[in-house]
This record gives sequence, structure tokens and C-alpha cells, in this order.
Amino acid sequence: MHGAEILLQPGVFPRLLQGLWVTIWIAGVSVLLSLPVGLVVGWLMTLRNPIVRFIMRVYLDFIRIMPQLALLFIAFYGFARAFNWNLDATGACVLVFVLWGGAELGDLVRGALESIPRTQYESAQVLGLNSWQTFSRVILPQALRRLLPASVNLITRIVKTTSLAALLGVIEVIKVGQQIIDANRFQYPDATLWIYGVIFFMYFFVCWPLSIVARRLEKRWAHD
Amino acid sequence: MDWSFIAHNAHYFVNAGYMTVFISFFGIVFSIVLGIVCAAIEAANIPIVKQIVRIYIELSRNTPLLVQLYFLYFGLPKLGVSWSAETCAIVGLTFLGGSYMAEALRGGFEAVPQVQRESAQVLGFSPSQMLMHVTVPQALSTAIPGVVANIIFLVKESSVVSAIALADVMYVTKDLMGQTYNTYESLTLLIVTYLIILLPISIIGTVLERRSDYARR
Repeated sequence: MHGAEILLQPGVFPRLLQGLWVTIWIAGVSVLLSLPVGLVVGWLMTLRNPIVRFIMRVYLDFIRIMPQLALLFIAFYGFARAFNWNLDATGACVLVFVLWGGAELGDLVRGALESIPRTQYESAQVLGLNSWQTFSRVILPQALRRLLPASVNLITRIVKTTSLAALLGVIEVIKVGQQIIDANRFQYPDATLWIYGVIFFMYFFVCWPLSIVARRLEKRWAHD
Repeated sequence: MDWSFIAHNAHYFVNAGYMTVFISFFGIVFSIVLGIVCAAIEAANIPIVKQIVRIYIELSRNTPLLVQLYFLYFGLPKLGVSWSAETCAIVGLTFLGGSYMAEALRGGFEAVPQVQRESAQVLGFSPSQMLMHVTVPQALSTAIPGVVANIIFLVKESSVVSAIALADVMYVTKDLMGQTYNTYESLTLLIVTYLIILLPISIIGTVLERRSDYARR
């Protein structure tokens, strides 16, 4: 078990933490940008306009049915040629996570909006509010509590999915781990076990608290 | 778009599609088995085993499949475990999927109101009759949408096994793009292959959900 000593080598643990920070940064930016996208998408999905409805349906279904890794490939390799758009790996990841997170969040927003009784919409209309005002002033505040638990779960899914960024070559926690393993191949042949073990628990300790928060919120608001 | 390129290389994607389906199929079947076992242990409230199941579910749900696979494939052999990439992929998918299936099934059982069990008892049902005719049908009705969603989720997650050098759809796409620079054609084949695999599951799932929706009818 002397292989565990690699974790105590100078620079190993701090470098892993730096990698974890990149992971969290990508996930954080994606989540922040997903919020406005998701709200707009959710609002659009509740509109009765058949063209808007159809476009939203296709968008959501395509994003949902494609594996995230496939979406990343399409953005990273496909968009560069299609739009002559030299997106770097981190940019491709953020773009995909925002499109994906926006679609998923949009569907949650739609579900929450549709659970609001009709009378709320009708009363707002009678009061002379336009559809955006109705959405932002009347419906959204009520929908938020139905929305929040599932949204927190979505954040953990986005954090977990950032692991795929390593496969596009982003230097995040997994890639840093691979570099450490490769650099110590001969001194510490057992490094894979320890480094991947540590990365496993790093992800766990980022996502687990979020899962607990989601569960608490769900319980607290379940009976409203 | 070079159609002859697509025609010439489509057979790679047929083989790769088989690999994706093969890994996903066994991963899903074992996940459901593991999910049933975990849900049963939680329902039966067996002291220490229940805590172990709880820890497993939390570990599995809060870590990405890619890291689980790297640990299983590159890490565990250092402890003397040696397995093929296929076995490792199926084990990894089962490790991930088991907890998701367990949660979906548990949700189903918890949704059956206590009154239903009490009524069955009053009517003189034996415990096994109660399980077969009252609890399980209602629990499944609630659990099926979750289970179907998990099946689709696991097929999608199986794309990650390309990272341990299994020649699945993702792997072949990357290979082909690297060799030929026919990016559009390769990506089109990628999208079409996944649609062919996943659309039928999605449609069957929707039908199944509707048909088994007798709890809310």
C-alpha cells in the first residue's frame, strides 16, 4: 500500500484541487448561464403558438435523446467547420452545458408553470398585464418553490457531466490526475488506484451536499 | 456532405451500435436486478445492510460514470483485479444504474398508500397475495416512468465507455474523424446511430407509461 504516498508528494494534492476548481468553474458558469436560458425556454414552451411549440419540442427532444458526450463532439468538432468558429474545448463544454441545462431547466419551468391554476393567468390578464409581466410578476414567484428542488438536482448532474470535458482535452481534475499518474509512472506504479480514488471522492464531496439540499427542499415543500 | 463516404463507412457504425447496445443491455438488466435488491433491503429495513445500501446509493449517484470507470479499469487492477474492458464497462454501468433503479422502485413502493395494505389485510389476503395483487402492481405503475427514464439515461451514459477504449459509437466517430477529417459525415452517422437506438426505446417507454398508468386512472 506504499503507493498511497504519492498523495503526500509535494504539489500533488494542490494540483488536484486546482483541477477541481476548473471543474467547478465550468459547472458554475454553465449553471449561471442556464438559468436565464431555462426561464426563457420554459416560458416559450407554455406559449400556444404552434411554430414556437414545434421548435421547442424538437430542441428539447434532440438534447434529451443525444448523449452529452455526443453533443460535446458535435459542438467541438462540428461547429468549428460549420461556422468556421474556433471554439476551444472549455467554450464547447460551456456551450453544450448551457444548451442542455437550459433545455432541462426549461422543461422543469414548464412543468411548474403548468401546475399554476388557470385562474392566476386569467386574473393577471384581466388586470391588464401582458404575458411577460404575468410570467415574471405573478407566475414565476409561485412556480419557484416547485422548481427549486429539481433545479438543485440538475446542478449536481451538470457538475458530474463536466467530467466529460476531460475527453475533449480540458485540463480539469481528471486530466490533472492523468498527468500526475503519467509523470510518476515508474516511481508509483499504483498511482492510478489512489489518484482516481481521490478524484472519485472529490466529486462526491462536491455533489453530495447539493443532493442533501435538494432532498431537504423537496421534503419541506412537498406538502404546500 | 459526401454521401458515398457515409455509405462506405456505415458498417462501422452498425458494429459500434451493437457494442453500445450490448454494453447497455447487460448494464441495464444488472442495474434493474441490483435496484430491486437494494429497494427490497431498504423496504425490509435490515439494520446494517440497509446502511451499506444507503452509502452505495449516495456514492453512486454523486459521482460521474467516467471517474467510476477509470477507477474500475485503471485503479482496481493494482489490487489484483483483472478484467476486460467489456466486463468493466458493464460493471461500471451497473454500479451507476443500480442506485438510480433502486430510487425509482423505492419511490413506487412509497407511493402506495398504507390504506391499500391495511385493506388487503382486512380482506384476508396473505402477505404474498398482498404483494402480488395489491402492492406490486400499483408500485410498478408509479415506478415505470422513472425506470424507463433510467433505461434511456443508461444507454446515453454508455457513450462514456469509449474512454476505456471500447469500440462503441463514440469511439468509432472519433476514430473516423481523426483518420479522414470527414467531420460532418462522421457526426451525421453518430447522430443517426443514436437516434436508431434511442428513439424506439423512448417511444416504447411512452406507450408503456400510458398503458400502465392505472394508478391515476
